[in-house]
Amino acid sequence: MNPALLVWSSSTLVHLSPVDLIIIIFYFALVLAIGLYLKEQANTGEDFFMAGREMTAWVAGLAFLSANLGSLELMGWAGNSYKYGILAAHWYWIGAIPAMLFLALVMMPFYHICKTHSVPGYLNLRYGQGAQALSSISFAFMTVLMSGINMYAMAVVMRVVLGWNITFSILVSSITVMIYVALGGLRSAIFNEVLQFFLIWAGALLIPILGLVEAGGWSGLKAKILQNLTEQHVANPGAYTHLWSTLGDFSNNPMGINWVGIVFGLGAVISMGYWTTDFLVVQRVLSAKDLRSAELAPIIGAAFKMLVPIIVILPGLLGLALLRDPHTGGLLRLVPADLAWSKAGQAEGLHGYDEVLPLMLARYCGPGLLGLGITALIAGFMSGMAGNVSAFTTVWTYDIYATLINKNASDETKVKMGRWVTVIGVIVSIGTAFLVMQAQSIMDYVQALFSFFIAPLFGTVILGMLWKRATPAGGFWGLLAGTLSSVGMYTWVKIDPEAVRYVALSMQAQDQAQNMFRALWCCLICVVVTVGVSLVTKPKPDSELADLVYGLTPLPPQEKVSMFHRPVFWGVVVAVVFIILQIMFW
Amino acid sequence: MKSGGSLSIWFFIGVSLAVNGAVILVRGIYETMSPPAPELRVVLYDLHANVWWGGILLILGVFFSFRFSPARERARMAGKS
Repeated sequence: MNPALLVWSSSTLVHLSPVDLIIIIFYFALVLAIGLYLKEQANTGEDFFMAGREMTAWVAGLAFLSANLGSLELMGWAGNSYKYGILAAHWYWIGAIPAMLFLALVMMPFYHICKTHSVPGYLNLRYGQGAQALSSISFAFMTVLMSGINMYAMAVVMRVVLGWNITFSILVSSITVMIYVALGGLRSAIFNEVLQFFLIWAGALLIPILGLVEAGGWSGLKAKILQNLTEQHVANPGAYTHLWSTLGDFSNNPMGINWVGIVFGLGAVISMGYWTTDFLVVQRVLSAKDLRSAELAPIIGAAFKMLVPIIVILPGLLGLALLRDPHTGGLLRLVPADLAWSKAGQAEGLHGYDEVLPLMLARYCGPGLLGLGITALIAGFMSGMAGNVSAFTTVWTYDIYATLINKNASDETKVKMGRWVTVIGVIVSIGTAFLVMQAQSIMDYVQALFSFFIAPLFGTVILGMLWKRATPAGGFWGLLAGTLSSVGMYTWVKIDPEAVRYVALSMQAQDQAQNMFRALWCCLICVVVTVGVSLVTKPKPDSELADLVYGLTPLPPQEKVSMFHRPVFWGVVVAVVFIILQIMFW
Repeated sequence: MKSGGSLSIWFFIGVSLAVNGAVILVRGIYETMSPPAPELRVVLYDLHANVWWGGILLILGVFFSFRFSPARERARMAGKS
């Protein structure tokens, strides 16, 4: 090995060669070059915060997907598929596709026509400053905290996989993101996200291809998983390769969930909340150049989202089937991260679930390919972080600074503020990362806090768009009640673990199942409170709801384009493929 | 797409794929001619994934770089206006 690398490497999963380093360094140089190139095109607020609203459907759609395709998403869900089997694919299919199509065909016209800069901005137009302030402050706070937590988690993985120093990983990656977002704004973030999307696929696609060759195709993979899990006396091993057939009962599947939690908790609430109201992803679509592009962008994102399980879920399943201990030749069993990364776990050479993707990468990828695979993971981290930073910057500048602090801020002041807030946001994120390093339990709480906010927000936004009787007071109190009820349920289960039987309807419910049911209940509470308060308070006059609410928003006439250029046509195509996939893997 | 200049995002993607593909392909050819010791080989080494995967990336990258080259983009923009 190159002596220079010995400084970083101790006991690590993989060792990089000089060729791998060339690929990684070239990647960093290219993203910085893109930021420098785009600096001249980020002079106005519309340029800096909305990428000039001139993105094509393809660019906006791929950025929409890429902002979500962070490295933790890649490694975490590969680990979840090792832990839960193919059930993890629900987060990519029913947990994404219906919501993306709903965003495209139902909600996008309202977002696009009212020309809002952000989701809290829409709430301001629809409900007033109360709901906007609540959502923007929560969003800004959570986004910057999540960014830091993701940064720390990524650095830990880099230490485990490559032996890199945590501080080194955090500083190099985050400062690079800070430079290119501060220079080029949202346009730079979007350009890099599209580049990162291609690199992620280039670096990760080889694993499932070679894995399926080694396993003997899909049927060989299923047979090997069944054989391995049976050898390890795992209950109901067939559940690891079936999407729906084991969801009739909580105890029939490794996640401890039933179809109600998946369909209503995940499909109808969590994914709708995330994909239609989380500004981190919606901002990419708002940058589209016209309404048709804005509608097509989430559909393009949905089409590719359906394919992501190939590079995320399949490697986890392949790990279940193929990973062997290099010393004994016996099956290699991965364990929870806290056990794997404990001193005892490290001494025994245990690996965590989240390490399945790097393990598979090391299994098939030699010098060069390994560098590309690691670049894919770094690219994933940076696209996720750039998404957080650019969304935070916009919400801070438009929904907090220009609304609550300096209402007369000029466009030039906003751009200056945006650049500085990008720098400050990254610095605060770095601080959060180091805070988490000192007290890792914060990570659990903050991730839960983030989920508290997203599910009720969907109830508030969708009622605002579809029901003109919803009032400003109803929107504010509904959002507050939904958020507080979610916090309450989480705290209840923490204090009294027996409470999980009421919150998640089963004592067997694992963390993911609890999240699904908590989201479902808090969204319902948000809707009930919004409706109840609205019925006893004074609604806004119709004239103030024009372009914001269904029935009061005249849609522009359909362009005379062929069927193949219409969003509805491609939405139906994606929906049909989605249904076929559910049947294929039933 | 309009990039705010003459360089399209697809050009950057092409350059990235081409450079990565070329590096991986060259390394793969080198490994084929001078194979590592058996204990250092990855699983399915005999498929020489770095050769064909590097080749695919290189071809895709060259296609994108050429198709969205600054000269062609400038000509396209001039044709539009």
